[in-house]
Amino acid sequence: MNATEGKNEIIRISPAELPIRAMEMKEKGLRLSQACAAWVKKEERLELSYSFVDDTTYDIFNLRIELSDKAAEGETVKEGCGRDAEVASISGIYPYAAFYENEMRELFGANIKVIDPDYHNKLYRIKEETPFVPKKEGEAK
Amino acid sequence: MYNITRSPWVMHYDGSSCNGCDIEVLACLTPVYDAERFGIINTGDPMQADILLVTGGINTQNAPVVKQLYDQMSDPKVVVAVGVCACTGGVFKDCYNILGGADQVIPVDVYVPGCAARPQAIIDGIVKGIGVFQERLEKMEKGELKNQEEKEEAGKEE
Amino acid sequence: MSKRSVIPYGPQHPVLPEPIHLDLVIEDEKIVEAIPSIGFIHRGLESLTDKRDFNQMAYVAERICGICSFGHGYGYCETVEHIMNVEVPDRAKFLRTIWFELSRLHSHLLWAGLMADAFGFENLFYQCWRVREKVLDAIELTTGGRVIFSVNKVGGVLKDITPEMQKMILETLDFVEAETKVLKKTFMNDYSVQSRMKGVGVLTKEQAKALGCAGPFARASGIATDMRMRGYAAYGELDMEPIISNDGDCYGRCEVRIGEIFQSIDLIRQAIAKIPDGELAAVVKGNPNGEYFTRIEQPRGEADYYVRGNGTPNLDRMRVRTPTFANLAGLCETLKGADYADIGILVVTIDPCISCTER
Repeated sequence: MNATEGKNEIIRISPAELPIRAMEMKEKGLRLSQACAAWVKKEERLELSYSFVDDTTYDIFNLRIELSDKAAEGETVKEGCGRDAEVASISGIYPYAAFYENEMRELFGANIKVIDPDYHNKLYRIKEETPFVPKKEGEAK
Repeated sequence: MYNITRSPWVMHYDGSSCNGCDIEVLACLTPVYDAERFGIINTGDPMQADILLVTGGINTQNAPVVKQLYDQMSDPKVVVAVGVCACTGGVFKDCYNILGGADQVIPVDVYVPGCAARPQAIIDGIVKGIGVFQERLEKMEKGELKNQEEKEEAGKEE
Repeated sequence: MSKRSVIPYGPQHPVLPEPIHLDLVIEDEKIVEAIPSIGFIHRGLESLTDKRDFNQMAYVAERICGICSFGHGYGYCETVEHIMNVEVPDRAKFLRTIWFELSRLHSHLLWAGLMADAFGFENLFYQCWRVREKVLDAIELTTGGRVIFSVNKVGGVLKDITPEMQKMILETLDFVEAETKVLKKTFMNDYSVQSRMKGVGVLTKEQAKALGCAGPFARASGIATDMRMRGYAAYGELDMEPIISNDGDCYGRCEVRIGEIFQSIDLIRQAIAKIPDGELAAVVKGNPNGEYFTRIEQPRGEADYYVRGNGTPNLDRMRVRTPTFANLAGLCETLKGADYADIGILVVTIDPCISCTER
């Protein structure tokens, strides 16, 4: 058997680009394999990753959105890339993305707008709010 | 009523376990381990169950479910906590959504440790549970132990 | 138009070993819509990265689910090994493949039993689990555990399979193969079994693609996707083809899974014939720093692993996307238009693993 390892790429995009990029992926016939968020402690950055996969070549393309209130040295935070920046839902393009997006919003507090169906932070019904992301200063209990 | 301990019916509820203990509980009932030789039948109906097997820890969402299942069972009743998660919370004890073992919400009579608990241990736990059940039954017949309704009535009078 | 009513299904239900809750909108006996709500088993174990180091997380990963336990441990270890550029010895790769396929065997036989139980064929359920116990004996002999093996670590494996053990595994496989052939006759040819499964819960290829289904659920609808074709572990050196069916109904899913039982038996035989001598584990130095996505084929379908290290023993993030999470959308689609009496079968037919889904 010939092993087909496939490409494994991370493509960094801005939040505003997401719907267009997702449309492109859909046109290419790729499947949304997963979407997840990660909290990078050191840089205090929220990262959203959308993975698109090809079922014949086993390629994987990850769209990465970085949201942070802290800018790198000598730079300012780009507009629309702050931690609370709005990210449009892609559940209109990939219907099953809704589960992933609900999860990201409930556990990480990502500000994803217009998810269909919207569980209103009640997917897992946990007591603690956004357990993976430390509370912002001033908001702490 | 006297021979009920020869055929106790078991109900299994999966708290927030990893499935390991659940499939071992099921494996107990299949031919190789055959817990059914003690007259045990796995039922899905809490009204008919005598022994409640709980696997997995308790989290914020399933706490009321476990409590309700326990309340729906008729007296006398016995709770067996299967697996280390149901005993203390186990490997998930530090997780944000886990409150702890099954004894956080309901009284547990028999603890079966193990990750995952082996079928032999589970059968042993059930047999111990039958012993507790027998004791309660005898006490109830003598009138020493009140059942749920009587307890509630007593509570109202007080 | 007839009256619509909403019937709650679960979380505690006789046919389900695990809690899942569905709100079923029903018109007469037909289901119009199914709304799933999950969270009864949500533990939040991904957050344990703060408290456990990356070696300990391999054991936590194994406890995501007790049925596909080995696969989760393996997927996590492979991701970390990729980040740290650890070259796993060849023998360890073959050992992992053998254990992976043994766990697939026990998982599929378990599913076959639960399916038989769901359509009310108690005897067949017992027969499937009787065969499964032999597989568990082989697992116990080689690893010491029945359902949770704990033989994976970052860099390799902890235990070896000696030639005597290999002989015993081969004997077990002969037994399982002979018994499964008998079981297959009942599943595939029995009139009453067919009447419960044929044409029930049809999911077309287009629908399966549009809903992002994974694993045997997708393969039963004719999508030839199998992550083992990527050639991770030792799969690259073994011969295999994805098993597909074009029926798209419960019967097709059953056909695919029973086909995979024979495929797993074949793969283990190939692996035992080819296994090289050598070390069991590579030396791992330092801490993971970087990120990587891996996909592997669990018994239930494709699982995604994402690990992000920051140079300290505690990882920033471990994320697992499990097959049932991907199949939830497909399940809701197959439930639409189904009879109320078929819900049990339809839920079991995707081989749900709720503790995987909610982690």
